[in-house]
Order: sequence, then C-alpha cells, then structure tokens
Amino acid sequence: MKKTIVSALGVAAMGVTAFGASAATLDDIKAKGFVQCGVSQGLPGFSNPDSAGNWTGIDVDLCRGVAAAVFGDATKVKYTPLSAKERFTALQSGEIDVLSRNTTWTATRDTTLGLNFAGVNYYDGQGFMVRHDLGVKSALELSGASICTNTGTTTELNVADYFRANKLEYEIVAFEKADEVVAAYDAGRCDVYTTDQSGLYAQRLKLTNPADHNVLPEIISKEPLGPVVRQGDDQWFNLVKWTHNAMVNAEELGITSANAEAMKTSDNPAIRRVLGTEGEFGAALGVGNDWAFNIISQVGNYAEVFERNVGPDTPLAISRGTNDLWSKGGLQYAPPIR
Amino acid sequence: MANTNNDVSFVRSELVQASAPPSGEIGVVGWIRKNLFSSPSNTILTLIGLFLLYLVVPGTLNWGIFDAVWSGENRLACATVAQGGELPDGWKAACWPYVGAYLKLFIYGRYPDAELWRVNLVLIMFFVGLIPLLMPSIGFKRENLIFMLGIFPVASFVLLSGGNLNFNGFLIPEAIMAPSSFKFWIDFILLSLIICGLVGVYMKATETDPKQAVTLAAIAMAVIGVILFVMSVDFGLVEVETELWGGFVMTLVIAVTGIVAALPLGILLALGRRSDMPAVSLFSVIFIEFWRGIPLITVLFMSSVMLPLFLPDGVTFDKLLRALIGVALFSSAYMAEVVRGGMQAIPKGQYEGAMAVGLNYWQSMRMIILPQALKIVIPGIVNTFIGLFKDTTLVSIIGLLDFLGMINLSHSDSNWATPVQAMTSYLFCAFVFFIFCFGMARYSVFMEDRLNTSHR
Repeated sequence: MKKTIVSALGVAAMGVTAFGASAATLDDIKAKGFVQCGVSQGLPGFSNPDSAGNWTGIDVDLCRGVAAAVFGDATKVKYTPLSAKERFTALQSGEIDVLSRNTTWTATRDTTLGLNFAGVNYYDGQGFMVRHDLGVKSALELSGASICTNTGTTTELNVADYFRANKLEYEIVAFEKADEVVAAYDAGRCDVYTTDQSGLYAQRLKLTNPADHNVLPEIISKEPLGPVVRQGDDQWFNLVKWTHNAMVNAEELGITSANAEAMKTSDNPAIRRVLGTEGEFGAALGVGNDWAFNIISQVGNYAEVFERNVGPDTPLAISRGTNDLWSKGGLQYAPPIR
Repeated sequence: MANTNNDVSFVRSELVQASAPPSGEIGVVGWIRKNLFSSPSNTILTLIGLFLLYLVVPGTLNWGIFDAVWSGENRLACATVAQGGELPDGWKAACWPYVGAYLKLFIYGRYPDAELWRVNLVLIMFFVGLIPLLMPSIGFKRENLIFMLGIFPVASFVLLSGGNLNFNGFLIPEAIMAPSSFKFWIDFILLSLIICGLVGVYMKATETDPKQAVTLAAIAMAVIGVILFVMSVDFGLVEVETELWGGFVMTLVIAVTGIVAALPLGILLALGRRSDMPAVSLFSVIFIEFWRGIPLITVLFMSSVMLPLFLPDGVTFDKLLRALIGVALFSSAYMAEVVRGGMQAIPKGQYEGAMAVGLNYWQSMRMIILPQALKIVIPGIVNTFIGLFKDTTLVSIIGLLDFLGMINLSHSDSNWATPVQAMTSYLFCAFVFFIFCFGMARYSVFMEDRLNTSHR
C-alpha cells in the first residue's frame, strides 16, 4: 500500500476540505449535513460503543438531541473519540462542532481556553469506595488509609486538598489506567478507591465481590459535566444549551418520547410552547419550530436518557440523586421555554 | 613385508558388523541426555526451565481454555454468584463470549455492515497477492510485484474509502480558471511538463543524454496520473470516512503502509547519507537524525494536536492520513540506518570492482552493492518491521481506534463488565499480535537460509 504518498498528493491537490468554522457553525452544519460530536474514548454510560459499534450514553444522547433539533433526524451525528489531552484542541481547531465528553466546567476552561459550557447534563463529584469489613462509615475516618487512583488527574489533587484540609494522613497508590486501579483495589493493595462517583458505579462491576464494597456518602469535589462549544458563536451556543434545557423541561412537564405526539394537542400552554404548536421558539434558534418535539420524540426527555444509560435498570444502577429535577430535590433545573 | 606370506595371519574380508549404539545415546533418551542433561550446569538450567514452565503453562491453559466460559449473552455469563451470576465464587478465567460479541468490532472497527464485503475483498486480495510473493518456488514474481505495489494499493484505497476523490486543481490561480476537475487535469499536465523539462535541463547540465531520464520522468508522471484518475472515478461505492475504520484492519493498513513506504525511502536515505554530494548527504543526515531524535508518540501528538492549530481555521486534514505519514517517515529513518549498516559491511573491493568493470553509480548499487547489503541486514529489516507493526498500537492515544484501541474501548461496555474482561481481551490481543510477529520472524529465518550463498 503505497497509499501514503499518493493520498498525500490527493489531499494537497484537493486543497483539503475546508469548512469555514468561523462564525456561523449552524450554517456550516446544515451545509455538511451532520453534527460532528467529540466524545470520550469509552466511559460507561456517558459515551461508549456497544458490541454492534453504535455509540450510546448520556453524552452521546445530547449530540443526538442536537442533530434532532437541527435536522429532525437524531442519526445525523458523526463521533470523534478524543483523549482528554486533545479534546480542547479538537474543538478550537474546528475538527468537532460540540464537545460532549464528560468535561468538567471550570473557570479556566470557561475563560482562558476560549470555550463555552452550554449547561450541565450530569452533576458528578469525586467519591470514595471502601470494603465493608474496614468498618468505615465516613471519609473523615479514613486517616492513614492507602488510596488507589489514576495518575495525572484532578482526582489525585482533590484527595490531597481534602485530606490536608481535614488533617488526615494518607498514601496515594496511583496507576495509569482505570482497569489497573480497579485490579489493584480488588487485590487489596489499597484500602480506598477514589474516582468520580459515576465511575465508581461502573468500576464496581469489575470487582470480584461487589457486595463487599460500599460507596461513602462524602463527595469531595464538584464535577459539573456538560457539553462545550467554541466561544464567539452565540447562535450555536444557544442551540446546544436549549437542547439540554428542552430535555429537562420535557421531563418536568411529563412529555416523553412515547406521548410527545399526543401531547401536541394538550391544553397546557407550557407544553404547547415546548412542542412548537405555540410560539416561534425554533425560528429564534435558527431551526424548525418542532425542534424540541424532534428531540423528545427521537431521543427522549432527560429522565428517559438517564434511565436508559445509567439508571437502575442498567448494569451501572446509578440513582438520580443530585441529577433529579429541582422539584424533586435534585439540581436539574431548566429555564422555561417562553 | 615378511608377514604377507604368513599363513597364520588373519585378514578380514568384510567389515565388522557395526553394533548398535548404547541405548542411552540414541532416540529420545539420547537426545535428552545430550541436550538437556549433558553437564551439571546444563542439568540445573533444565530443571529451572521445567519449573518455570510448570509455574506458567498449566495456569495459563486453565485460565484461557479449561476453566474459561465459552458461551453467553452478557456479563452474567462470566459473573460469579457474588457478582450476580451463577459461576462459583472465586472463579477466575477467560470470558470468551465477550470477545466473540466484540469480534466484528475488533477486526473491522465501526465499518458499516453493508460495506464489509469491501474490507473482506481487500483482505483476500492482500493475502492472495502476498503469499505467492513470499514463496520463492512460484514464478511470475514481476507480475506479482506489480500487482502488490501498483494495483493493490490503489484498489484497496478505492475499496476501503469509496474512491471518488474530488480534485480541484492546484496550479493555475483561481482568478484565471474556476476550480474543477478539468482544471486539475490541466494543472497536472502542466506540472508533468515542468518536471520533465527540469529533468531534461539538469541532465543537459551534467552532460548526459537527457532522453532516457526524461522518458523515465514522463512514465512516472503518467503512472501517477493514472492512479489519481482511478481514485477520482465514481465507482458507485458509498464513501466510508476513516473515522469508521478501525480494529485489526486499521492496524494492518498502518503497518503495511509503513512497511511498504519505509523500505524504498530507507534505501534512498541510506544511499543519500553515503553520497559524495554534500547537499544530498546533509539533507539525508538531517532527515534521519530529526526523525530518529523524536519519539513516535511525539510525532503522533504533533500531527494530531499541534498540526490543526497551524492550519487555517476550520481546515481539517484526515487524522488517519496524518498518522500514516508520521509512521511512514518515522520508520523510514530507522530503515535507512539499518540499510546503511549493511552497506558499510560490504568490503571496499566490491565498490572498486564494480567501478572497474565500468558500471555507473546506479548500476553498481543495483547490481553489486544493494543485493549483498540487503541480504546481510535481513534480520535488521525484519526487526524494524516487527517493531513498526507493534508500534502501530500507539495510534490509539490520538483517538484512532486500532486493534488495541478498540479493545480498550470495549472495556467501557458495562454489559460485559467483569473482573476478567480486561485480561481476556488482552490475552486475545497478545495472541493475535504474536501470531503475526512470529510469522514475520520465521519468514525472515527462512529467507536468510535461502539467500545464504555465502562464505560462512
């Protein structure tokens, strides 16, 4: 295959494919016919391919929602798996249109990196898992513990902050890959396993005796995860932001993928506004007025997305907790569509 | 002398029947005594070896075969009672149904189901073309080589990607002529004429007959033209972007491209480095030392993370292509040094002899030096190939889902998440890589023996 030289020439000759990623991302997306979505290299429940090769997960469903809003077809998405290191470059250089890759919203990223966070589709936080027989009920009893974690992540720094603030002794046992961390914890090389809480539930499946371990109640860091877009394109920013908001609003109003069609004739003006039978909210976003209807009917409301990917019926079995609606004691709150 | 007529003497008229060697010296026992227990130190080493085998082999076989689970629908098939399954607690062995469920993804990546026949066709073409090429007893080597280096790359490119490239032209300013495929071909003909002209002028300047060189350049440009034309034809194949490629097919694409590009480039660079022309030699040295001086990971990272920042806003450049170029250039630098090592081992007399019979530089290299030099460095070349084949797994850190990348990705599927998931897939991965690398190594031994015409 002497393909290299030949296709290099081909690309040079084509002058490489160019999408003017400057101002109007939405127009470019409509022109090319799909949304280019940056996802992770596999995080259970957030973005991971199943054995048929289809991407699934909460983050993936957000991208599908955006595609449903723009094209009325949730399948018009192409995924780019990105490592943690290259994700922001890929967004800045226009390789992807939206980064939906369990990315924590922080001040630095929001300001100096030139990014905009379009909402929070999962409230995460760093937690601890310990063995039952350790008899520990709270993280404050963990003085002197050895802690397994990944190298070079903020989890390591968070642990350092937390233990220093509470004047506790600790010892870090760090590994490169998540699988190694779990294996080491399972083999008893450390007392505590720490990572984002959603990750704890996923990794628990890889333990020899899952029932022997429990997750401590303390959350020692705030990890609001959400979709990210480039700064400087408010129209596109709005569309991604309101895709998430539409899903949360739909849950609050009781609109599901099953009843969306029937709800169109509802007497409730709030529901009629979401489904586009009243008002011109889609036009204001630069898409069709049935944008939210397409999102809900093809992808589902926030509850459906949550239940399908990480909920109690999945192997992950994560409860809603902080990700419940504000009206049910959680943090998910969307501004109204009106 | 006196003995000759002595009647008492006894002269044997036939040889004594050879008696059978002592039973301890022949057969299995003899072999074992000679090879495994010939001396006290040898005996000790043998015993240590047997003990190590005893430690490793039964456990591996039990883990991988005898205790393994062979069928199932999801993670419960490989879960113990404590994990919610039905296997006895403490069970630990391979979970093959998980590899089975993911086998298609491991091999083809996310290539669309309906188009898989294209990948299969490429694989069949690859092996059908390669095997006779590797067997010296089969003739038609020239035709075979033309197929493997000329037709196969273009055909596989068209089949895998869908072909139908869109050329817009590159030479004439857009103000004069709007971009179109017609303009591209005009540009291409212009470029060919320019190149042929330059070659002719150079040959005139060095006072050689330009005719031959110009014809050669014209043929080369014509071949490139035909290749580009084939790639731009619409065969009605659906386009499959490289982001859907993956798995072992991608590993093969990267490795084969790297190997095929590395050998000729490496030979040219090695010749360049030993050249008397300062410009050529300096360029080769800088090229080789630059690419050898940076790790492959850095090359890949630069191509994937830095390059997009240098390109104009929104201009994208296929990620796989970037990695392919990086891998090919990187491995050609190593190959150049291997080949140079072989050339340095050739005695000076060979160079002088070649000159003495009136061969020019290219003739002496092609007929005298390179055949001997390459023969010497076969182990080195194959070593580089094997290294390159395994280095392809590094592309997974820039988000390309090669064989290992796909395996790592599959660990995130919670439907198959068990304590043995990762180990099973890594065992599978190691097995596949071993088969390919061992095959290459054995072939190199075979070629060495066959080409061993020498003086050892």
